[in-house]
Amino acid sequence: MPILTQLHKTQALIIGGGATGTGIARDLALRGVACILAERADINAGASGSNHGLLHSGARYVLNDAMTSVECREENLLLKKLAAHCVEDTGGMFVAIEGDDPSYIAKFPELCAGCGIPVAAIDPETAKALEPELSDRVIAAYLTLDASIDPFKLSLENISHARKLGTTLLCRHRVAGFEMDQGRICRVRLIHTENGAEVLVEADQVINASGAWAAGIAALAGVSIPMVYSKGSLLVTSSRITRRVINRLRPPGDGDILVPGGTVSLLGTTSVQIDAPDQAHPSIAEIDRIVEQASQMIPALESARYIRAYSGVRPLMGSHAEDGGRSQSRGFAVLDHEKDGLKNFVTISGGKLTTYRLMAEKGADLVCHRLGVSSPCMTRTQPLPASPECRWSEPGLTPKLWLKAHDAEDMLLCECEMVPKSAVEGVISAIQAQRIQPDLRAISLRSRIGKGPCQGAFCSLRVSAYLHDRDAAYSDRELTCISDFLRERWKGLRPVLWGGQLMQAELQEALQCGLLNLELKQRN
Amino acid sequence: MSQIISCDLVVIGAGMTGMAASLFAANRGLKTVQVGVTGEIIFASGFLDILGIHPISEKKSRPDPWAAIHALKQDCPDHPYCRLTVVEIQSALDEYLAFTGGCGVPHYWEKTHNIEMMTPQGTLKITGCVPWTMKNAVHALREKPPGLILDILGLKGFSAHQIVDNLKETWPDLHSARIAFPDTAHLGEIYPEYMARSLEARVCREKLAAVIRPHVRNARIVGLPAIFGIHNSPAVQADLEAILGVRLFEIPTLPPSVPGIRLKEMFEEALPKKGVRQFLQERICDVLPEPDNGFLMELAGGNAQGQKIRSRGVLLATGRFFGKGLQADRNRIRESLFDLPVFQPVNRSGWYRMDFLDPRGHSIHQAGLEIDKNFRPLGTSGAPAFSNLFAAGAILAHQDWIRQKCGSGLAIATAYGAVSSFINIGH
Repeated sequence: MPILTQLHKTQALIIGGGATGTGIARDLALRGVACILAERADINAGASGSNHGLLHSGARYVLNDAMTSVECREENLLLKKLAAHCVEDTGGMFVAIEGDDPSYIAKFPELCAGCGIPVAAIDPETAKALEPELSDRVIAAYLTLDASIDPFKLSLENISHARKLGTTLLCRHRVAGFEMDQGRICRVRLIHTENGAEVLVEADQVINASGAWAAGIAALAGVSIPMVYSKGSLLVTSSRITRRVINRLRPPGDGDILVPGGTVSLLGTTSVQIDAPDQAHPSIAEIDRIVEQASQMIPALESARYIRAYSGVRPLMGSHAEDGGRSQSRGFAVLDHEKDGLKNFVTISGGKLTTYRLMAEKGADLVCHRLGVSSPCMTRTQPLPASPECRWSEPGLTPKLWLKAHDAEDMLLCECEMVPKSAVEGVISAIQAQRIQPDLRAISLRSRIGKGPCQGAFCSLRVSAYLHDRDAAYSDRELTCISDFLRERWKGLRPVLWGGQLMQAELQEALQCGLLNLELKQRN
Repeated sequence: MSQIISCDLVVIGAGMTGMAASLFAANRGLKTVQVGVTGEIIFASGFLDILGIHPISEKKSRPDPWAAIHALKQDCPDHPYCRLTVVEIQSALDEYLAFTGGCGVPHYWEKTHNIEMMTPQGTLKITGCVPWTMKNAVHALREKPPGLILDILGLKGFSAHQIVDNLKETWPDLHSARIAFPDTAHLGEIYPEYMARSLEARVCREKLAAVIRPHVRNARIVGLPAIFGIHNSPAVQADLEAILGVRLFEIPTLPPSVPGIRLKEMFEEALPKKGVRQFLQERICDVLPEPDNGFLMELAGGNAQGQKIRSRGVLLATGRFFGKGLQADRNRIRESLFDLPVFQPVNRSGWYRMDFLDPRGHSIHQAGLEIDKNFRPLGTSGAPAFSNLFAAGAILAHQDWIRQKCGSGLAIATAYGAVSSFINIGH
């Protein structure tokens, strides 16, 4: 059967469904601009879904990057107020231990004051009383306004609100090419990544918000963007280690930050320059370095159980990097490509999760100016609404609901994170509303499925049996789906396989290969 | 403090290897003590693999396990199977199967050929023996009569629809339906073990048959998740078949499943009757070699905390990581009890491949204890670490039981080899 090409007309096409793209979609939708958002994979598939979940106070960048510091400080306060349901206001603590550079410790309060960032000095005994897991070797400590933010919920809420305001979301659509005419992009050709169907979009403005892939997208339009890729790797502990965000009081380096994220803690990061944004995965050497460094600050991290690791790619603006990109600015750029000869094309890249809203605002300002839309930005004042379809990614939520409802027929499909059938149904409805096939990948992105200690070993099988029962058409792709899901999880498991998590991996392989023969179903 | 127990052989481990070793030792008149927490054995699917795939990198499925073992001996001379003749491996399996069959957990096998059986996802798996209750499925997969797979409301991870769909090319005339297990409307989620125990009562079997009957129609064979009783499953199956007038079979469920529970309960009941003294809530906390080549051990945990045992020999059947026979930290792999040298890749980067499903398998599975021809683990010098310490099962190096599909066969055959060696050397 021939697949018919669809043609869409819209005011703005946004490329990329991460924090920036979904943020721009909401910003523009609030100003009454009709938008389509095209995403190659799924919401937060890039760096927006593989970062620290840290809402920076700004204190981390006071030494090298005062502008980013100030932006972080302002956005931190705004998001705590306007997106409170995505933020856990844990507070932060910067600690130095014996051997850390005394001159940096001495000038830290002054540098913070210079950026208007409030910090409060506390003595090491008080620090230890507030955070008992801290090392006995702490020599200086400051309380800060750092907090934890759920990046999945944030982007899902942004796109959910944008869709209510009329935005069209096209997930699993990659940009295949641009048609240019008289200094304008007149058409964008999208291809569905699964069924190959073609979608043509005629947009007045095209916004490139594809993060680490922005240079690749711009190149399709004949525009060159200098960009450096910095890989950052992180570890997830099996339980929460501290109450606050803990940050090493030294110039930014590896294994400096521990961020609580619901029931777990996230430990990172590294900064390794890589050549291309695809296929960034954590290496064993990086993981060892993070654990060694962070254990100096919090000794329990040496013996903690880690359930997985992951890597994200920071898109840093510039043409080269030293020390793996660690000293590169975390600032963002709005690139007006009019200077490159394209009047309706703009790229927004760089930046931090913390500053996503500001990036969206600046990008939307330029687009609105070009469209002749005079409405002001509203994301600075209007709270991000909480939508019921976005709540399933919250750690600890489904156990609460499940225990409260006490419905005997509501089976737990994921036993580690206690995700019942009813929650999976909720997620499936949300996925179908976004016109995506509800498979394991899409479900795990929007829920806690596969995020617990078993890392999907059992729940992937239960969920696939369940999907099968509710939808006969699911069958053909199913074994491939399980295998793909397990392979994807594996990238994050492999570097943390020792101790308890290695026992778990052995059980998983005995089940999935020993009993179910999944390895034999693969084509060579 | 109770008296020191003296015995010929202490078997450490209560998985498949430990159970088989205790059986073989008791059958040979050895005074045997078994120590180890039972737990892993309930993860058994009931399938008894001998050798299904070789070489694994070619994913080569082997219809004849004995020919496969001959090829393995050529290609992998360090594999633990190479310490045994084919006749010894067959004798080990015969002795094991005769025992389990006599204790109400019989298997079905075709001796000269591997057989194919369906998994709970509807994939096909090659294996050596299956529980007797799955025999009809093995034949039906060849004959493909009109068939029916049933799943059960409230049993998760088992979808008849999924199994039928994945099998549709192999067995086109197969259909699916869902039933409610009798008297469970109040339960919501329902577990296989609960159903298996319920079906030991005839009244429950009659009620289940009544629920199944309307779905049978023209089906000549009906498959269900493994729930046909715990203690005498062939009789439970035969009675259900008689009531319904149709052949039945079981399909394993996701672990821990009923076939694993059957094995655990059978061994815990039958081995003490053969004179094996079991400590299955305890572990060995301390072990000292003695001047006469024997060992003095102390127990921890359970009711026998502090109990001391003196033996002439020790058989290590503690398994790999899941069984806690081996432990890994970030830098290296250790043997848990004696700190024996462990054959292993040089560092953690060599443990696992980048792709979980890499057909070559992960190098960490080749790690383990290296042994001499008498199943004695080697010390740092390359000679046996102790003259009367033996090892068997998954803890041994140079095998990949998961990918080679040889787990139970390796457990039973090496247990047989280790016990025989102890008798030859240690007596």
